[in-house]
Amino acid sequence: MKKITKSWFLSLLLTIGIIVYFSVNLVIEEQEVFAPGDMTHGHHQIEMSCGTCHDAPSGNKPGPVLQNACMTCHATELKVSDDSHPKSKFTDPRNASRVKELDARLCMTCHTEHKLEITNPMGVTVPEDFCFKCHQEIADDRPSHKGMEFISCATSGCHNYHDNRALYEDFLEKHMDEDNNKATAKVKSVSLAKEISILAQYPIDKYPFTTLAATDVDAPITVEYDSKVTEDWSITSHAKAGVNCTACHETKLQSGEVKWINKPGQDNCKSCHTSEVKGFLSGKHGMRLKEGLSAMTPGMALLPMKKSSHSNELSCVSCHSSHTFDVKHAAVESCLNCHNDNHSNAYKKSPHFVAWHNEVNGMEKADTGVSCATCHMPRTETEIGDKLVILSEHNQNMNLRPNDKMLRSVCMDCHGLGFSIDALADKKLIENNFKGLPTVHVESIDLVRNRLLKRKTPKEDSP
Amino acid sequence: MKFKLLGIAGIIGLSTILSGCGESKTTGIEPKFMTDALFHVMEADRTVYTKLIIGRLAKKEKVIKASEHWKDEKALVLPAQMFRYGAERVAEKTSDFSYSLLSLWPVNAQNKPKTDVEKAGLKFIAENPGENYYADEDLGGQRYFTAIYPDVGVAEACISCHNQHKDSPRTDFKLGEVMGGVVIRLPIKS
Repeated sequence: MKKITKSWFLSLLLTIGIIVYFSVNLVIEEQEVFAPGDMTHGHHQIEMSCGTCHDAPSGNKPGPVLQNACMTCHATELKVSDDSHPKSKFTDPRNASRVKELDARLCMTCHTEHKLEITNPMGVTVPEDFCFKCHQEIADDRPSHKGMEFISCATSGCHNYHDNRALYEDFLEKHMDEDNNKATAKVKSVSLAKEISILAQYPIDKYPFTTLAATDVDAPITVEYDSKVTEDWSITSHAKAGVNCTACHETKLQSGEVKWINKPGQDNCKSCHTSEVKGFLSGKHGMRLKEGLSAMTPGMALLPMKKSSHSNELSCVSCHSSHTFDVKHAAVESCLNCHNDNHSNAYKKSPHFVAWHNEVNGMEKADTGVSCATCHMPRTETEIGDKLVILSEHNQNMNLRPNDKMLRSVCMDCHGLGFSIDALADKKLIENNFKGLPTVHVESIDLVRNRLLKRKTPKEDSP
Repeated sequence: MKFKLLGIAGIIGLSTILSGCGESKTTGIEPKFMTDALFHVMEADRTVYTKLIIGRLAKKEKVIKASEHWKDEKALVLPAQMFRYGAERVAEKTSDFSYSLLSLWPVNAQNKPKTDVEKAGLKFIAENPGENYYADEDLGGQRYFTAIYPDVGVAEACISCHNQHKDSPRTDFKLGEVMGGVVIRLPIKS
């Protein structure tokens, strides 16, 4: 009898333990125990935040995935990329038969999460020959495409479903004869400092655009700090642009009281760097913070990261060390402090690094080097008010997947289009960080050239 | 006096029509009236843009180019693109009606007729200049009133661009000819 009571008591204890465990998981951010399957590299950072994508839970299951949730994060990217298949194409009643085949009005038709085992590149979870559903007659319009498999449309480097800005026929024709390396190789210059006055929220009266010296610091006398801090700050762009201590360290409370804060966060940075902070919070480095989760750490990443960095919490200052704010350091060393994959580790043996080293050491002109950030956080025309300002895009995904998004924003600053398309299609070349020439060739420019020749050659039966 | 009587008779007649001869029934706008009105606005805007913007700035005064790749070329949006972008914006706001610009000879093959009504309608308006085509059709389980109106080449810019475009299946368009059709659809109860 005693034995039975004991085992009954243990069972009860175990049951209570399980209930408590699952209940706690439901209410705190760690909800991954309920996830039905592993998530893609794009969303795994926020898998503990079910409500970001799902409607309110029904019983013990999350609600359905909301289309609006996809668009909240991805609408800008689609708009910027001149989406080749916008939703409006499929809400047109004349395409009802196509919607029946593939309901492209909803992101989830092609991108289903928690299905890692059937997820193809770009997070696509439908068979890779999906283009067939609407473009069966392509060989009639383009005889050159006869015999090509539909699986190759988006995998050959010729087409993308959404972003074809560097792949459309007239663009290929315009750039098909470019040299591998352009004589005018140079990336865009960041222009925020020149345009700071156009930022409506920037208090130009308090911090006029003038160079400050170490003796100008305006931190309250009650604040204790090391002289190294002043020394570091005095040689930064901040000091050169009149951005004093209080510009970052003071914050205005709801009560109107101005308070000094020792460690400003991205909310302070964004008063001047709005676009950069928005990009950071949208990309893989900051998307957890955007969802109210703890900061991303390299230890959570799916890519190989250095063990020494595993517990580093990512924020603005984790890459742009406070007070020094050395963008050159942030553009290479900050990345390599954490990233430990073959591509990253091969960078310092690449021709791109040689160009960077030469620029940083004054042996070549400004903007001729190629850092990690040159390609992954490219300098991009950004609309501020009615002006276009060149700023660094801090959302890496805007320029990474598919990788030919880089063609226009980066590669073509220095290289010809054909060379760049081939290089980005060569996985081994990417792995060794572009040391050498492409060994892969994408046919798209050849097809355009052949079509152009046919147009220029008079038909035999023409007068 | 005669005019006064005629006026009164007219008002009475109109009131009778509007009141449905005294019967109490719900009245609304006829689909044809609605699509005709929409087309008048579309056609007017399209003609104004083609003549006053493209024809004037790009062709006559040569102030700026018009290009299919207007963003890359820092150029004016083509009239057909202007029309399509408008249709896309409407589609983002409402599903109460939709419209598109199609042709038997489209530069973009995606804009050739697809449904039976589109095929019959575009053929009809091309063979019967000045006339419109109206029909009902079922698409995706929904009944639609579909109206197809002729899209006429109103400016030299339309003709030369289509006749010279590498993807145009027809290169002998002439000014004033039907080049395609504006298709307007209203979902209706079957």
